[in-house]
Amino acid sequence: MDLSYTPEEEEFRARLREWLGKVLPTLPPKPSPDDWPGRRAYDLGWQRMLYDAGYADVHWEGTPSVRLIFLEETEKAGAPYVGANFVGLLHAGPTIAAEGTPEQRARWLPPVLRGEEVWCQGFSEPDAGSDLAALRTRARRDGDDYVVSGSKIWTSHAEVADWCELLVRTDPEAPKHKGISWLAMPMDAPGITVRPLRTLAGSAEFAEMFLDDVRVPVANRVGDENDGWRVTMVTLSFERGTAFVGEVVACRRVLGELAVAARRNGRWDDAALRRRLGRLNAEFRALWRLTQWNVSEAEASGGVPGVGGSVFKLRYSHARQELYDAAAEVLGPDSLDLERPWMPDRLSSLSYTIAAGTSQIQRNIVGERILGLPKGR
Amino acid sequence: MRFQLTSEQGALRGAMRGALRRTAGAGSWGPVAPRGGAADGHSPAPLGGAAEPGASPPRLDRELWRTLGELGFFSLRLPEADGGAGLGLPEAVLVFEEAGRALVPGPLVATHLAAGEVPGAAEGEVVVAAADGRLVEWLQEADVVRPGAEGAVPMKSVDPLTPLHRVPAPARTDPVAVLLTAAEQLGTAGRACELAVQHARAREQFGQPIGAFQAVKHLCAQMLVRVEVARAAVYAAAVTAERADIAAARLLADEAAVRGARDCLQVHGGMGFTWECEVHLLLKRAWVRSERGGGGTESEELLAADLVA
Repeated sequence: MDLSYTPEEEEFRARLREWLGKVLPTLPPKPSPDDWPGRRAYDLGWQRMLYDAGYADVHWEGTPSVRLIFLEETEKAGAPYVGANFVGLLHAGPTIAAEGTPEQRARWLPPVLRGEEVWCQGFSEPDAGSDLAALRTRARRDGDDYVVSGSKIWTSHAEVADWCELLVRTDPEAPKHKGISWLAMPMDAPGITVRPLRTLAGSAEFAEMFLDDVRVPVANRVGDENDGWRVTMVTLSFERGTAFVGEVVACRRVLGELAVAARRNGRWDDAALRRRLGRLNAEFRALWRLTQWNVSEAEASGGVPGVGGSVFKLRYSHARQELYDAAAEVLGPDSLDLERPWMPDRLSSLSYTIAAGTSQIQRNIVGERILGLPKGR
Repeated sequence: MRFQLTSEQGALRGAMRGALRRTAGAGSWGPVAPRGGAADGHSPAPLGGAAEPGASPPRLDRELWRTLGELGFFSLRLPEADGGAGLGLPEAVLVFEEAGRALVPGPLVATHLAAGEVPGAAEGEVVVAAADGRLVEWLQEADVVRPGAEGAVPMKSVDPLTPLHRVPAPARTDPVAVLLTAAEQLGTAGRACELAVQHARAREQFGQPIGAFQAVKHLCAQMLVRVEVARAAVYAAAVTAERADIAAARLLADEAAVRGARDCLQVHGGMGFTWECEVHLLLKRAWVRSERGGGGTESEELLAADLVA
């Protein structure tokens, strides 16, 4: 067991740190959460800066340790998140890299890396959220095209996306996991209607999407026809595996800020609150260690994170909510003021136990796939 | 960064698990031992006998203690020149995890920490107890008590396999003792999860194994999550040996052991509430260990102070 990094990795860290120190002060001010075109431009601009500096493909290339260092250092330095590039860089990109043809990789991967194209995710449907495989959006073959009809929901970045990683049913007769295909759908195709959804946090974070005879070339299918479920599982293991690394670092920073704030406003004298913050310190230290453990394991086993990601996501999503509840306790009545720091994050943290597979679904995964308990009837 | 067990560490853990299983199986002790076979006052007390409700305090199994000595359990971190294995905290944590898993009774941490300082401790010839916080475990069975335990008063211990005395003045705790205790808790937490899963797969109700019901399945899943989070914290603390990391490890490991044993009891239903079922022994030992080193409060305060340091 070793927690030290190689000289090459430490060199990477030092170089990155120096670069961040130089470029972060030159960034434009962050756009407001509701300004989607502004957010698109800002996030793509950041990706372009990473590309020019040689850091664009850090999520795809290099060792998991290097990715860990990248996420740790960018978060510590207060660099922007992947933002609108999230699906392209962390979902669609890795999936196309793993399952796409050489032509598909050449067409779709470079624009993601260069910060030119934004992807969104068309997985969930109004009647198939947690039971993802029950999706009903239909793709009928017509010559060289699929003709797609149906609707999708919780489609983040849909308003400003160029492409959508879309799951469709290509064989309605097959068992529900067997008749699904993975398509790259251009968002400017006729027949797509996007309706933004306002979240409880007040922002238009995602959208509903209606598909009415949208034509998608068969050449845009990644993986075999009806083999989309397997392709998707590759994507989801990335989502659950390493997507939260930077966030754990951010939570540790927030916790430190809470302690400082509590000392300033006198709440620190409350032993119960102080001990609660102490326990959260234990929690996020442990989650950071678990991250390092999982990354080491992925490194040893050759890359793709396993179901251990579900263990992490379960604990982390609840810990994040507890962190912002503690922030509210530090602020007292001021916690009802959305202008106060942490309070918008408190609202958005409510999505963590639902998005990317609810906690209940994750517990089924842990129970059945790790512990070997039988499936319910 | 290779934050994984080395093959040597994996082998050490496997060897210790096997040795403890054989020792337990030989009948001198072991949490699965059936009731009966009470001590005759001379031979080592079998766990089953000692575990009788209302029985006199358990005797420490000296043969077990010597076996642990031969296995290198106490001398593990001593330099090879002094007859030890010259290993470090990560290895010590792995063998203490196994001891916690097998619920080995006795003042394991105190004797391990005395190796090299108290003659005979390293070999398991001498039993060393220590005052920790306001409690001393195994005081009457110990050959040496350090620091002393003046004014110690016996308690009716909740754990039938850990006799306890209360001491008037609180004793200071070594952070290494806290870490090794956390490792024991981790082992017990893992064992509790395993027992619960075994039961949930075998026990049928309403025509299917109870583990197929989400209410039961989710209890088991949460047990595993707590074990894995605690494991990462305990192993990392063994590598860094930092106070804050150790405090975090103890909080997570206490939670995993105490809540894990509770949930394990719940999964076992009425059977879990009986004396014969070993589950209560896991919970009671976890409770005893959670009072060591100033309890969780001290660790929480330490970690709060760390945030503003």
